[in-house]
Amino acid sequence: MLDTSVSERHTLSILVDNEPGVLARVVGLFSGRGYNIESLTVSEVDEARHQSRISVVTSGTPIVIEQIKKLLARLVPVHSVQDLTIGPAHVERELALVKTMNTGNKRVEALRVADSFRARTLDSTLNSFVFEVTGNSSKVTAFIELMSSLGDVEVARTGVCGMTRGNKIDMS
Amino acid sequence: MNMEQTKSVPQMMEGAELILKVLEDQGVEVIFGYPGGAVLPIYDALFRNNSIRHILVRHEQAAVHAAEGYARSTGKVGVVLVTSGPGATNAVTGLTDAMMDSVPIVCLTGQVPSHLIGTDAFQEADTSGITRPCTKHNYLCKSSASLQANVEEAFHVARSGRPGPVVIDLPKDVQLLDAPFVEGGVLNANKQRYQPRIKPAAEQVKKAVKLMKKAKQPIIYGGGGLVNSGPEASEKLRELVALTGWPSTLTLMGLGALSADDPHFLGMLGMHGTYEANMAMHQCDFMLNIGARFDDRVTGRLNAFSPSSVKVHADIDPSSIGKVVQVDVGIIGDAGAVLDALLAELKKESFAPNAKALSGWWKQINEWRARDCLKFVQSGQVIKPQNAVKRLYELSRERDIYITTEVGQHQMWAAQYFGFHQPNRWMTSGGLGTMGYGLPSAVGTQIAHPEATVIDISGEASFLMNMQELSTIAQYRLPVKVFILNNEWMGMVRQWQELNHGSRYSESYSASLPDFVKLAETFGMKGLRASNIDQLDDVITAMLDSDGPVIADICIEKEENCFPMIPSGAAHNEMILSAADEASNPVSDEGKLLV
Ligand SMILES: Cc1ncc(C[n+]2csc(CCOP(=O)(O)OP(=O)(O)O)c2C)c(N)n1
Ligand SMILES: [Mg+2]
Repeated sequence: MLDTSVSERHTLSILVDNEPGVLARVVGLFSGRGYNIESLTVSEVDEARHQSRISVVTSGTPIVIEQIKKLLARLVPVHSVQDLTIGPAHVERELALVKTMNTGNKRVEALRVADSFRARTLDSTLNSFVFEVTGNSSKVTAFIELMSSLGDVEVARTGVCGMTRGNKIDMS
Repeated sequence: MNMEQTKSVPQMMEGAELILKVLEDQGVEVIFGYPGGAVLPIYDALFRNNSIRHILVRHEQAAVHAAEGYARSTGKVGVVLVTSGPGATNAVTGLTDAMMDSVPIVCLTGQVPSHLIGTDAFQEADTSGITRPCTKHNYLCKSSASLQANVEEAFHVARSGRPGPVVIDLPKDVQLLDAPFVEGGVLNANKQRYQPRIKPAAEQVKKAVKLMKKAKQPIIYGGGGLVNSGPEASEKLRELVALTGWPSTLTLMGLGALSADDPHFLGMLGMHGTYEANMAMHQCDFMLNIGARFDDRVTGRLNAFSPSSVKVHADIDPSSIGKVVQVDVGIIGDAGAVLDALLAELKKESFAPNAKALSGWWKQINEWRARDCLKFVQSGQVIKPQNAVKRLYELSRERDIYITTEVGQHQMWAAQYFGFHQPNRWMTSGGLGTMGYGLPSAVGTQIAHPEATVIDISGEASFLMNMQELSTIAQYRLPVKVFILNNEWMGMVRQWQELNHGSRYSESYSASLPDFVKLAETFGMKGLRASNIDQLDDVITAMLDSDGPVIADICIEKEENCFPMIPSGAAHNEMILSAADEASNPVSDEGKLLV
């Protein structure tokens, strides 16, 4: 099909059996067919049922996004695939740890920026801080950009995790 | 794993023995395999087992193809047993083939003992990693406690929904250790976590029927899903065709779902399909696709594919719907169940085809038919390959016949000139196009149908790819017939080089061929040769009358091309019908990019 439509960014929330190979199966589906993974988070969320939730941010044309969801859903250990982006309203959060290196005015400015982003200070030395910042991806990105302009930074980001608002629960 | 366990006291037994017990419970009668260090406990259990037959192939790829032939000709799950490392990697081509053509296979692979996994132990390979993309699902079974559940689920997954291959990788210690076995099974059928949709949604069926009622120039386009669904689906399809009087076409994988004699059947469609089938696909105003996947061999150039039709697509795999062609109504469900529902709804709505429009449509189709796109001229002494297949068909009509093929021109000639009347009679490698598929597939088919006539329509180059299976054929005295259309070329490659690469025949000549008659004799088989047209019928008759295995070397016109053809990058209405057409329709630059 000549798919000329534009690429969209979608956040998918996938509930899977936490068994060996399940992450490789999900990731392999994307890499094997040339789809994008912009971010990925995964952790066990239900110990008793051995289930994990994988949150994937991907981008593609509407047809590709549709295909990704159907291909995920047909995997044996996948219980549910939610597209948070098209579903009812949802919340998304990402956490980043940002180490900044600076002294003097720039160090003071870094603290001020951290304060306005409600970032927490996890560690400090005479010429460095480690901040923890949480928010949607654009807030986290903005924080990192500001910090970068104030000195060298090292960044670790979790990637997005999300869920729908409201009183429905996604379980298998 | 979230599975309901039935309450029965488990009995402890050796893992290998447990595996065979589960296989018995699943109705397995035969395994195709090849031994090695990492599966010796299972081979030992087989030695003691009286109900499961093991067929020793000569290469693990052939084990999978044999299991595919068995599965496609019976509708049952084909079972494979191979060792770790090279045994498993040799099986990969077969697994990929089964994946592409939706063939239900359970493949047991040996693995080094658990404590050695990851140490680059002797004959260790990351089998679950290697086979993940070419299986429907796979297991690395590290715990005896879940062994029974894993094997049971593997069969359920292989045969349910869109069928496919499943690998169970079994470390040697798990085969040897005692494991709990529960009589009657541990997985409650209704509580399986894998539950594909079988029955279509009523509202989708209603929408489809509404569109069917408006159709003026309709076509039914059926695929391998009809065969996978079981023989009832073909019955229902025949009922639908009779009820509607609509023209119908089938994909390579669907051949036999309608009888080749049915006047509504326009022949196979696609790259080497008939002119009438492709033209009707191009010009129809309504298309009902049942169990086909708009494969690129079928659609031709996508932006010119059936431009003015309303499309309904029924498929058991939701991801097939809307993948390459956008449709107006998608129906998720098993082909047989969808046909059932469509027939019921059509009857409820007292469906009657639009007789006037339909007769005009048939008139147009009959004009296309009159081009007689499969005609050929058998002049002179050299055997035309089309004629060889046609005579094979005509001389074997009264027999209980199963055909397998290799890949190339001979495969297409077989599809074009051999008529199939029932499903499950035609075993060919469609999606992957695996040379070397046909001979082992014939082994599996013959094992399943010992009394039937099983013929591998072969090319001389493909035959060489798995000819070690002659030894299997000899060992089990299988009366398999190998019908080699010998053109001394990788004919299909030569044809593409002629069309796309200025007749520069780079490395496509079949040099240093064996004498196939003598080759047959060294395996204790009958060898026959037809060098000219006068010998053709006699050789075919002698082959069919022989109650043992035969290789028939049919020396055919060497440079014959396979027509009609949609050149790569062209549309359904841009077919070339003959060599004369070829020169006036050079392949486009975009076309040369395609495979
Ligand atoms: C394993 C494999 N390797 C390569 C190919 C590419 N290929 C397709 S057809 C063909 C030639 C087949 O020659 P032959 O078996 O003699 O059949 P013919 O076309 O001459 O009838 C080749 C090399 C393939 N399909 N499979
Ligand atoms: Mg050849």
